[in-house]
Amino acid sequence: MVTVDRLVKDYGTLRAVDHVSFTINKGDILGFLGPNGAGKSTTMKMITGFLTPTSGTATIDGFDVAKDPIEVKKRIGYLPESSAAYPEMTVVEFLTYVAEARGITDKDELNKRLADVIVKCHLDSVKYRSIENLSKGYRQRVGVAQAIIHDPQVLVLDEPTDGLDPNQKHEVRKLIQAMSADKAIILSTHILEEVEAICNRVIIIDQGRVLVDESPAEFKARIPGATIDEVFRDLTKDSALA
Amino acid sequence: MPIFKKEFFGYFRSPVGYVILAVFHIMVIGLALYSGYYSRGEASLNTLFQPLPWILIVFIPAVGMRLWAEEKRSGSIELLFTLPISPRSAVIAKFLAALAFIGIGLALTLSLAFTTGYLGDPDWGVMFSGYIGALLTASAFLSITAVCSALTKNQVIAFVISVMICLFATLMGSDWLAQFLGSSVPTAALDFLRLMSFEQHFDTMAKGLIDISALSFYITLTIACLGLNLIVIER
Repeated sequence: MVTVDRLVKDYGTLRAVDHVSFTINKGDILGFLGPNGAGKSTTMKMITGFLTPTSGTATIDGFDVAKDPIEVKKRIGYLPESSAAYPEMTVVEFLTYVAEARGITDKDELNKRLADVIVKCHLDSVKYRSIENLSKGYRQRVGVAQAIIHDPQVLVLDEPTDGLDPNQKHEVRKLIQAMSADKAIILSTHILEEVEAICNRVIIIDQGRVLVDESPAEFKARIPGATIDEVFRDLTKDSALA
Repeated sequence: MPIFKKEFFGYFRSPVGYVILAVFHIMVIGLALYSGYYSRGEASLNTLFQPLPWILIVFIPAVGMRLWAEEKRSGSIELLFTLPISPRSAVIAKFLAALAFIGIGLALTLSLAFTTGYLGDPDWGVMFSGYIGALLTASAFLSITAVCSALTKNQVIAFVISVMICLFATLMGSDWLAQFLGSSVPTAALDFLRLMSFEQHFDTMAKGLIDISALSFYITLTIACLGLNLIVIER
């Protein structure tokens, strides 16, 4: 469903993403791992059509993001890293805006979707509060709610559990898993246990290049007896020293 | 359309919108009364329209400065451009939302027009053309502000630069500049400056003349700036 082919992004002389390729299908949850500045977010931004690739292509459901950005954007739900929202809007106002901008204009349909994501993301107690007055955890869940309101085929989540407490992390992971049956999901994270818990595929990216692309079990088996954290440190130690 | 709604009502979600409207209203009406609305004994809005371009130079950038700068600062621009909306419709929707807000500001000054109608027998056609002129000036200033706002994350910078550009564009054709340059510059150059100036075109409209050169000046400038806005946003 999502095909990324030799994607490259240059910022001046810096190559942020260097020939990243992968394909994922419905039912897959791909965990995107890597140190800060490895190119995870940049890759995600190119898939969602926010950034234009220097070269290479990203294709969603047969549509090339460079040629049919609108068709691609319709099929993707995206949680940006900054969980960007409009601080002076209430949760309901914001979700209504996103839903309408995504073409859900029928009143009944809109209300149904709103009620659905508010339940799924546990936002009922804050739905009439301004987003600026919400805690980090609630804001993050508003971001997730906005990403799934149109029931997209592809979900791109940039650090979905960032800033959440352990219970909330667990909730969001459950939510992601529950949705995975009929969606292709890409998520980035720093938390390796998360990959082990919910992903069926792991890609490690460092300095813009894909180092590893395999299942979490295979990944863990790289160094027998080691934890997933130790394998990760071993793989990315070059850039940590640099 | 959802963007239009979000932007337009956004002005009323914080006190800023109300403050801007109130200050604009007090300035316009205050200046109109101060510069002899009653003492001239004319049934016209001349005293309202004369200083209006100068007030718009400040008012319009204040309304438009947040259009893009705020989205860039907060990172919500990422959300905006991952929604299935073309950049072109986003540019137009934001522009129209701010223009509608400015329209409210201008509509509030109609109170003085109705007062004039109550006190005397004004030429409604002249007033109408004056308001069209004001709206066109506003849309040209607004499109300039939108470009400045798209160039920076900082609303204050967007504001200051837009005010400077609008001020310069208005001063270019003013009478005192013509006198100042009078002897040292060929007349043709002065005529050209006047042709490019806001003040001259607005004066024509405020006198009741809706002429093609003024209309095409405003509309061309607005469309050109919105095109530039789109290029800046898409870069």
